[in-house]
Amino acid sequence: MTYIGKNQKRLEDGPLLRGLGRFADAISFAGQLHMRVVRAPVAYGRLGRIDIDAAKDLAGVFAVWTAQDIMEIGPIPFRQVTLPGMERFRQYVLARGYVRYVGDPMAVVFADDPYIAEDAADLVTAEIEILAPCLDATGPVGAFEPGVPGEAGVVEKKYGDLSDAFARADHVIELRLKIGRHAGVPLETRGAVATFDPSDNMIRLYGAAKIPHKNRITIAAIIDHPVDRIHLHEGHVGGGFGTRGEVYPEDVLVCLAARKFKRPIKWIEDRRENLVAANHSRQQTHEIRAAVDARGFVLGVDDVFWLDQGAYVRTHGGAVSELTAAMLPGPYVWPAYRSVGHIRLTNKTPCGTYRAPGRFEGSFVRERLMDAIARRLGLDPVEVRRINFIAEDAMPFDRKVDALGTDVILDSGKYEDLLDRLLERVGYHRLKAELRRRRADGEMVGMGFAYFVEKSGLGPHDDVKLILDADGRVEIVTGTASVGQGVETVLAQIGADATGLPIEVFTVTHGQTDRIDHGMGAYASRATTMVGSAVHLAGRKFNLALRQAAADMLQATAEGLAITDGRIHRTDDPSGPAVSLAELGGEYFKAHGAPLTTEATFHAERMGFPYGIHLVVARIAPDTMAIELEKFVIAFDVGKAINPMLIRGQFAGAAAQGIGGALFEEFVYDEWGQPLATNFADYLLPTVFEVPKVEILLREDAPSPLNPLGVKGAGEGGITGTGAAIAAAVDDAIGGFGAIDSLPINPARLHQLVEKLGR
Amino acid sequence: MGEKRTVSLVVNGTAYEESVETRLTLADFLRHQLGLTGTHLGCEHGVCGACTVLVDGLSVRACLMLAVQAGGADITTVEGIAPSKDRLHPLQEAFRDNHGLQCGFCTPGMLTTLLEFLRNNPSPSEGEVREAISGNLCRCTGYQGIIDAALDAAERLRGQDATARPHGGESP
Repeated sequence: MTYIGKNQKRLEDGPLLRGLGRFADAISFAGQLHMRVVRAPVAYGRLGRIDIDAAKDLAGVFAVWTAQDIMEIGPIPFRQVTLPGMERFRQYVLARGYVRYVGDPMAVVFADDPYIAEDAADLVTAEIEILAPCLDATGPVGAFEPGVPGEAGVVEKKYGDLSDAFARADHVIELRLKIGRHAGVPLETRGAVATFDPSDNMIRLYGAAKIPHKNRITIAAIIDHPVDRIHLHEGHVGGGFGTRGEVYPEDVLVCLAARKFKRPIKWIEDRRENLVAANHSRQQTHEIRAAVDARGFVLGVDDVFWLDQGAYVRTHGGAVSELTAAMLPGPYVWPAYRSVGHIRLTNKTPCGTYRAPGRFEGSFVRERLMDAIARRLGLDPVEVRRINFIAEDAMPFDRKVDALGTDVILDSGKYEDLLDRLLERVGYHRLKAELRRRRADGEMVGMGFAYFVEKSGLGPHDDVKLILDADGRVEIVTGTASVGQGVETVLAQIGADATGLPIEVFTVTHGQTDRIDHGMGAYASRATTMVGSAVHLAGRKFNLALRQAAADMLQATAEGLAITDGRIHRTDDPSGPAVSLAELGGEYFKAHGAPLTTEATFHAERMGFPYGIHLVVARIAPDTMAIELEKFVIAFDVGKAINPMLIRGQFAGAAAQGIGGALFEEFVYDEWGQPLATNFADYLLPTVFEVPKVEILLREDAPSPLNPLGVKGAGEGGITGTGAAIAAAVDDAIGGFGAIDSLPINPARLHQLVEKLGR
Repeated sequence: MGEKRTVSLVVNGTAYEESVETRLTLADFLRHQLGLTGTHLGCEHGVCGACTVLVDGLSVRACLMLAVQAGGADITTVEGIAPSKDRLHPLQEAFRDNHGLQCGFCTPGMLTTLLEFLRNNPSPSEGEVREAISGNLCRCTGYQGIIDAALDAAERLRGQDATARPHGGESP
């Protein structure tokens, strides 16, 4: 039986459908204290005395901490791209000297009951000398503190001869483009529950997500605890999207308090906190110039951008800026290129990654630029892209830039072929003519599309163990994480095919640092490519190991045995004597005192690069400026689809998030840096009314040569081109000729624009 | 500690008499006092719908109701939907078969909301399903799998007899 390629129903669903999920707030321990964070009420100020007396006196309160109580604890370090001089902008777990955004943790209260902890937190007051906040990343550099300029770093990626390109240009096209501030906003808020056992000095942190193994090392270092005396445990995770699972101040505080007080410490974030304290993302402004020849070929592109980092540089360091700059060229040749990104500190919530970090932003910029070039030269948007594509026979294509420590070498791709398939699928020319007719009849309706290259399978390696227990079940132990994407199912499918065993015998373990030494987690669309490949390798070994173990029992050699439906039998006598997995598991354990186990590591030097296109038809209601998406199509080449149903689910969900970022979601601040979107009435997640049916054209035309399965990641491609495609469609609908230059496109902004255009 | 009252109520067919603080929300009561942690809290201000439970057959946001207000009520939470430990309710089966969930955090609220809806409207259109779940946020699926699951569940439920209904199954 082959499981790869099948719409296998998920192994994960049973407990989740019954309400038995172990999400963070389902985890409790006897004698636990509840932690509540007291957060800065102002955007920027010098922090004076914090009065904790009233809070401490409240019945049920165990302790209150400010920075004074934990002076030995350093700031949270970077786990990715570190730029020179960036260290001083790291965040301490409790504010020292200054508060720098509304939501900055100033104190924590520990109490017997979560309601009392919240009461007590309200009693904590702080003297803060308010300073004028910096809220614009594109203006003069603000101050991290008086005398310290708030530019955390500058990223530069470049290749080719730009001055030559501009000297030879027939056209120079310049744009200024903005992407708004929004974020992953998982439906489950963050949570962290820590226990400490003094008898063996062991700290255990529950509620871990995304990268438990990395965070284990980070937290151990921050709180100066032996790494082998701390373990992280991932339960169910209510959505990740890049936001959840980084090391935040609260994760450190619960571990520290558990060790100090020798009691379990539980912290569950509320939604208001989540919207001001968990990572924001995206906010960038680009100024981009293209040198273009007479036929529409881009000779060179010069880009400068400002990333609104917020108040501190968190765990990602300069990763989002680096990815933006390195991947902005997308599927086009662009023989000369430079992008310079300024990471600017502002008095807002710190930023990190959000699904397709840097690519959502860069794709908006690149595709708006390509549309502008098409307009200037009187070309169809399709034609200008054809002229600039990297050809299939140029693969692998060295982009001549690096990102996340690896060279960006596009591994495989048939860019024009995918575009042709999409155009045929939607009947492009007929559709275009029909929309033109509808516009002539007075409707505001238009089409736009965006081409993009994604990345996946970030290395360098992943380990997997396969273990046969005495009941005949096979456990796949990994260091990956589940953020709801269905990774257990996918790994079991791969494991079943590699071992020749039925999928029902597998259980998948992830996110438990006490079960496997190393793990890279689940992010950057890496789980299926990296961990899946390791499962494939370990599974092949497991198949052989099973046959070897059964050889004596069946008086045959391993080569003379085969595995069918979980039975091991002689190849020359398929219906004859056989050993079941349970028999073998039991016998093996008796003979060896340990279960039959195989291990494998998969290494990858470089990332793989899937690619896709989003095509949107948008209609605008003239009275309300509401934007209805009549058509939403995603074409995507995933190399090899392990489970098409799950991939479609990833795309549909990511597209909905992209629609949010393009049209609805925005963290707005007033002139004093007070956040105005601190609940779900003001921060607008798309509801079912705003999300259309997403059509998906899933292709496997360009398998990746970088792994044994040929797979590329599918976690992010559903969101990457959404902002660009929706902007192009709305632009087309209003006859804007490039007027849509910022996201999100909300009705108020659209109304102003349409008035200005006299539509 | 605040003032306490005793409440008697039925949850998923089991009768409880519990002493609760008057300010305790129904959601926190179900989760932490009764240990029914399937009712999820996504926003605690009534927008996301993850905490939806059925109170006397009607969908209610458990974050916006106090435990003391539930005295005398018959409540169904997500834990009470499946007919047995070995079997799922047809609505749950339809969610599994149509990939109607990813992380599973919104799922309890989706299930309780749709359970009420499908009782009142056994043959809904896609538009009616969209309207029914328009007060429930999902951040993972893009809703498509949920809509497909709801329509599929309606068909399954039309084809089955009424005896397999869960607790609190009588129509209001």
